[in-house]
Amino acid sequence: MLSREQVLHVARLARLQLGDEELDRYAVELSKVVDWVDTISELGDLADVEPTAHVVALVNVLRADEPQPSLPAEVALAAAPDPYEGGFRVPSPGGGSETPS
Amino acid sequence: MSDWEPVIGLEIHVQLATRTKMFCGCELAFGDPPNTHTCPVCLGLPGTLPVTNARAIGFGLLMGLAFGCEIAERAVFSRKNYFYPDLAKGYQISQYDKPLCEGGRLGGVRLTRIHLEEDAAKLIHVGASGRIHGSDASIVDYNRGGTPLAELVTEPDLHSAEQAREWLILLRETLRQLGVSDVDMSQGSLRCDGNVSVRPAGTTALGTKTELKNMNSFAHLEAGLNAEIKRQIALLEAGEAVSQETLHYDARTGTLTSLRSKEQAHDYRYFPEPDLVPVAPTEAMLAAARAELPELPAQRIARFEHAFALPTDQARALVWRPERAAFYEAAVAAGDAEPRQVANWLERAPETGSLQPAVLAQLVALVAAGTISNDAGRQVLDVLVAEGGDPQAVIEREGLAAMDAGGELDAVVAQVLADNPEVVERIQGGNAQAVGALMGPIMRATKGRADGAAVQRLIRARLGL
Amino acid sequence: MSDDPVDLTAAQAAERIRSGDLAAGDLWRAYRDRAERDDLNCFTWVSDAAEPDDAAAGGPLGGVPVAVKDLFCTEGIPSQAGSRILEGYKPPYTATAVTRLRDAGAPVLAKTNQDEFAMGSSTENSAYGPTLNPWDRSRVPGGSSGGSAAAVAAGLVPWAIGTDTGGSIRQPAALCGIVGLKPTYGAISRHGMIAFASSLDQAGPFTRDVTDAALVLAAMQGADPNDSTALGLREDVRAPSATDLRGVRIGVPSELTGEGIEPGILAAFDHTLDQARELGATVQTCTLPHAPQGLAAYYLIAPAECSSNLARYDGVRYGLRVEGEGDLLSMYASTRAAGFGDEVKRRILIGTYALSSGYYDAYYAKAQKVRTLIARDFADVFAAFDLVATPTAPGVAFELGAKTADPLAMYLNDYCTVPMSLTGIPAISIPNALVAVAEGTALSLPSGFQLAGPAFSENALLDAAHALEHTIGFDGSAARA
Ligand SMILES: [Mg+2]
Ligand SMILES: [Zn+2]
Repeated sequence: MLSREQVLHVARLARLQLGDEELDRYAVELSKVVDWVDTISELGDLADVEPTAHVVALVNVLRADEPQPSLPAEVALAAAPDPYEGGFRVPSPGGGSETPS
Repeated sequence: MSDWEPVIGLEIHVQLATRTKMFCGCELAFGDPPNTHTCPVCLGLPGTLPVTNARAIGFGLLMGLAFGCEIAERAVFSRKNYFYPDLAKGYQISQYDKPLCEGGRLGGVRLTRIHLEEDAAKLIHVGASGRIHGSDASIVDYNRGGTPLAELVTEPDLHSAEQAREWLILLRETLRQLGVSDVDMSQGSLRCDGNVSVRPAGTTALGTKTELKNMNSFAHLEAGLNAEIKRQIALLEAGEAVSQETLHYDARTGTLTSLRSKEQAHDYRYFPEPDLVPVAPTEAMLAAARAELPELPAQRIARFEHAFALPTDQARALVWRPERAAFYEAAVAAGDAEPRQVANWLERAPETGSLQPAVLAQLVALVAAGTISNDAGRQVLDVLVAEGGDPQAVIEREGLAAMDAGGELDAVVAQVLADNPEVVERIQGGNAQAVGALMGPIMRATKGRADGAAVQRLIRARLGL
Repeated sequence: MSDDPVDLTAAQAAERIRSGDLAAGDLWRAYRDRAERDDLNCFTWVSDAAEPDDAAAGGPLGGVPVAVKDLFCTEGIPSQAGSRILEGYKPPYTATAVTRLRDAGAPVLAKTNQDEFAMGSSTENSAYGPTLNPWDRSRVPGGSSGGSAAAVAAGLVPWAIGTDTGGSIRQPAALCGIVGLKPTYGAISRHGMIAFASSLDQAGPFTRDVTDAALVLAAMQGADPNDSTALGLREDVRAPSATDLRGVRIGVPSELTGEGIEPGILAAFDHTLDQARELGATVQTCTLPHAPQGLAAYYLIAPAECSSNLARYDGVRYGLRVEGEGDLLSMYASTRAAGFGDEVKRRILIGTYALSSGYYDAYYAKAQKVRTLIARDFADVFAAFDLVATPTAPGVAFELGAKTADPLAMYLNDYCTVPMSLTGIPAISIPNALVAVAEGTALSLPSGFQLAGPAFSENALLDAAHALEHTIGFDGSAARA
């Protein structure tokens, strides 16, 4: 069961603005889905089972360190919603935004 | 201060000196106009996939071998998810629970891990001009986005800001000599964060730590750590608690500001990057890295101390400048000059100019044999640095050969004794130290060509001592 | 055979072009006329060129035009993945799979409609409106590659490609009465395929018959330096030629052939198994004990990966941007709220939740372990059987709107197709019957028969499907009328 607050927290992490009506609806819908996917807990803790992240059995797929042509700046910026002085303009990150580390 | 022991661990991000980015073929180039080194991959365009740069993995292995790390059998890239405009995909490809290297050490400091990841892009502040909402804006330049980074994390083995600074210099020199990075702090190719706590001296439990971000020079690192250590001690002595937070050190004002303590902790939702396969270093990959491994500064310093009997400071000064260390080793190898003397003589030539290692060895040998005096040797060295050539020719041309203890020198001694009767009197009165007062005039008269010991002998003989 | 080139399979058309009996330009125009008259909403873009581009008609695909799912990036042509957040977006590069098709002689005639970011089983989750099923316009074509499936079934294009993450090729192929193949994961490059769930997404063909499917697969498969996970197939794809199934051991997993499958579908499935026996196959029940948990595992893994894959749609570099209150957080959240549809938001929320601190082990990590268990189940089965057979979808095409209010009911569409996706093995759906939508009604709609084999067994799979196809003799011409 997902609470409204949990949905709000997850929506914040995912940068999705949800209205009140949406929050209520998603809390109900997602609870159903979460209850259902919880059926995998019937399998126990599976401590001795290795997780499968890749179905391909490949390792060491590497690329030689050789330069390839880059895009002209105007092509890179062609689809930008707010191009400005050769860059992609955004509202300045202020407080409340996450900072990289 | 002496009642408290600081405990410091460092997290260092190093831009790797590859030609291309970590996961695409864009050339690394700094200082070019914005967004001229991007492609669909590093712009995070829909449908694009990363492909790992083999050279970056090679550099990772080189570091792992250099620091004696345990190298992963299977290293796995993971996605670190967070939103920020300098991150084109909404996640950074990094390594999480299966880094390339774990453990290892450098100097007295243990490494926790070394992992590989991609750098973020650059945000350039442009102000409010022309914005719909009139709000503050930045532009994103993705040229730097995707640059290969190695992140090195240390155990909390450092106990003063000064020690941290010295260790970071050792790390920088080591990475430079490994050839894996330009390690230029002012250009951001070496960036350092610190984890700091303090505890009562003599105790072992760790205090609450704070994270100090982005100290972008060695001086800032030391000053920032000191400021934070001082702040924590003041809090604890006032009976208050240190709270876990991230701080920014402003070098201009010397102040620390909290970056984020509010809201819940970050939730990066790491999971294995499904677009990449694991890196499983093969024997061939490791052998290639081993073949590239040079002697490292710490090893070289130790060797200079043992093989050449150099004091630590002198050994370190040479090793920090690899070209001088190489010059020195060549000079030692060129002749049978005593290695310590070679180091001392090399110190007198801060720039070697036209001087050749074998020539320096000859010069040191000539001084040691008494062919020329110390003072004359210095003059010869200056000429050799400026003009090159061989010492014998310089000695002859300048007339700097040591005077033998025969007639010419004896005549000078006799003259100086005659000119200084009161000194002679003091010597004969039992004050052997007074001989020193005669040395200056004798050396002046011989233009430094006289050998000090010979002069002493002649004085004693003339005075019947 | 009639003189209308639209009645030809792609291979037949290619043969006529090769022999000089048909001009590539005439074929192109015939299909372009049909595509332009599309009233099923199959397409998000149709070429306005009077002649095909210079795709070599001499290549193995013979100059026969192809339609491509919207999410394949095509340089200079809108590539929107069915989403409002990418409305009008024209990429500066083309997907490897599409380039390979072009190079093999298949010019791109159209882009096809799909569920937004391939999330859905009905093509109702498209920002560009639902696609209709040519067999009954009140019904869905399946999804997420519904536009490609409906277009091929309706004869608006000779063949098409789509992508399959949990069934998005096989299920719409079944619901539209055509052939759909999901190859082994890694057989075809994902470079240029707008990602839904990276560890599951795989491109594949929609065709009228198995021979055409083999041709498209042969052209598209192969390693790609732009995709670390694309290794190609281990052997060349052969033109399928088998006419019997002698020596072929077919396992029928009890977990996927009982509860939850409509009776009419099961009856058709059993009849096809009888035909397989008549062709010489041995058919026996087998067991995939963890398959029932597959769907739940899938609905954790796919949303988790999508929550990360869709983080790049942030209003900064391309696509929709909504300023909101002017600050960065508001711009992000408003852009994504306005750009993504309901189902995409649901999956992003579920996926973010499954990866979030405190839940990772219980959900994402556990789901990856279920994946291991299902792979072991298949390994056990393939020790005793060459192929596995199941119905493709649990029912025939449903009415528009019937399942949009109930996500779980919609998810059950993938029950039989997801286990193969989770383990990366190849699977094909061939049409095997027209099944009455309800007892006593006159309306009958296609059902699909799914065959799956071990990784890289495409040739064996195509051969078996080819032999069955001839015996079944499914007639799809009614949908092209
Ligand atoms: Mg890092
Ligand atoms: Zn790039």
